[in-house]
Amino acid sequence: MADSVWVSTSASAAPAKARPRHSAVVRATHWITTLCFLALLVSGVEILISHPRFYWGETGNVLTTPLFKLPIPASRATVPTGYGYVLPDQNGWSRYLHFQSAWVTVLTGLLYVAFALFQGHFRRNLLPARADLSWRALSTVIARHLRLRPASEEEAWSYNALQRLTYLLVILVLFPLVIWTGLAMSPAIASVFPAAVAVWGGQQSARTIHFFVSVLLVLFLLVHVAMVCLTGFRNRMRAMITGGGRPQMGSEYEQDLTT
Amino acid sequence: MNRISRRKLITAGLVTTAGASALAAAAKLARRYGLIPPDGGGLYGPGETLTYAAQRLLTRHSLAREFSPAQVSKPPFANAVAPLGDAFKRLQEGTFSDWRLTVDGMVARPVSFSLGELKSFPRRRQITHLACEEGWSYIAEWIGVPLSHILEVAGTLPQARYVVYRSIQRHWWESIDMADALHPQTLVAHGMNGGELPVAFGGPLRLRIPRQLGYKSVKYITRLTVSDSLKGFGKGLGSASPEAGYAWYAGI
Repeated sequence: MADSVWVSTSASAAPAKARPRHSAVVRATHWITTLCFLALLVSGVEILISHPRFYWGETGNVLTTPLFKLPIPASRATVPTGYGYVLPDQNGWSRYLHFQSAWVTVLTGLLYVAFALFQGHFRRNLLPARADLSWRALSTVIARHLRLRPASEEEAWSYNALQRLTYLLVILVLFPLVIWTGLAMSPAIASVFPAAVAVWGGQQSARTIHFFVSVLLVLFLLVHVAMVCLTGFRNRMRAMITGGGRPQMGSEYEQDLTT
Repeated sequence: MNRISRRKLITAGLVTTAGASALAAAAKLARRYGLIPPDGGGLYGPGETLTYAAQRLLTRHSLAREFSPAQVSKPPFANAVAPLGDAFKRLQEGTFSDWRLTVDGMVARPVSFSLGELKSFPRRRQITHLACEEGWSYIAEWIGVPLSHILEVAGTLPQARYVVYRSIQRHWWESIDMADALHPQTLVAHGMNGGELPVAFGGPLRLRIPRQLGYKSVKYITRLTVSDSLKGFGKGLGSASPEAGYAWYAGI
């Protein structure tokens, strides 16, 4: 563990000023992104039910064979779903909310990445140590997760290799991908950056990938929340809200947190 | 709270002031360069303004992708339209020979063209993508008069900022800014896939704006009005779409 050294020394000689578990920028951007993600999810689902069919390539409509379709009712009478009813059209506000939330997510994300690069957040907190990337070390962590063993003491203070890899995947792969495929669906953006659409094989392919990446992000959210609950909901939430959250650290540290 | 140092307080103050000034300056610039959409107020105004301003700065001269004849969707999908009224049916019985497109507002020469006159104008053919906000799409060849040509004939006045266009279906009207109105791919379309424009696809006359979603490409158009402001039209939000909850700008 890269940061375990710091933990062990802090226990014996508590630092004059406690470093928060999560920095203020990480906490603020975390909750703004959470709010936006939920708004994007709700509005995204609303937009999706107006045409719950997916295609590959440049074009697709109800006269085209879909790649797959979701077995749900639709909010448009033109879509054959097998259901005898049509859901109400919610696309207007959903699209407004989707794009507004996307803007806040992107701007928050840029702030976060700038901060993370500037402050060494990626290097210090998210890049796994090389030793932790060996198959042996990784399989130990994975096995412990699968057996739902409680996290070790130092993990309340630092991420394990599996967490680091997951967060890096979400921050550096899934979010950029979902933004890119979202923009690739825009006819105006396609007119300026046609290559951003062409690499996916067309605008319908981009839409399909946008859906799958969103599903992965929702899976991440579910596992993330489940892990927070399993490893001590109060402490983890306190760490992400106030920055503190280690009552085991001793009274001196506690005082520091509450001042 | 006593942990907040003076330096932090000063930094936070400076950052807040700089941020607020930057926002105010951006809003002023956006207003001056016409980067605020008519539905730029209200809860979703900031997001709409960011989208419209950013895309307008990026796309003022960009061309929508054009495709090869092999990529034309067979068959294309005609979206459902509201029932066409008696006025339309009477014109249809006369094979649309009496269909007219009126151009008025801030033009030097208000004018009304018959369908035949429009078909005699220089035409442009383009194979472009039509994407609906619902998520489906098709590719078709569109044949029509560039809107810029019609505006040139009518003589757009220099203060013109928007073109409002109306359908024979009263509830359906839209508007675009001059960047889209004068764009070479913005067509008053009367043909599709090598033939006449079918009624199901907006025939005899529809607008085609390939850099925006389908709902901006109003079918059965009868009137173009050039204006310097959208305030006097409907509720002043730019078109029927914002009045029904949809964004005025549909480039995304």
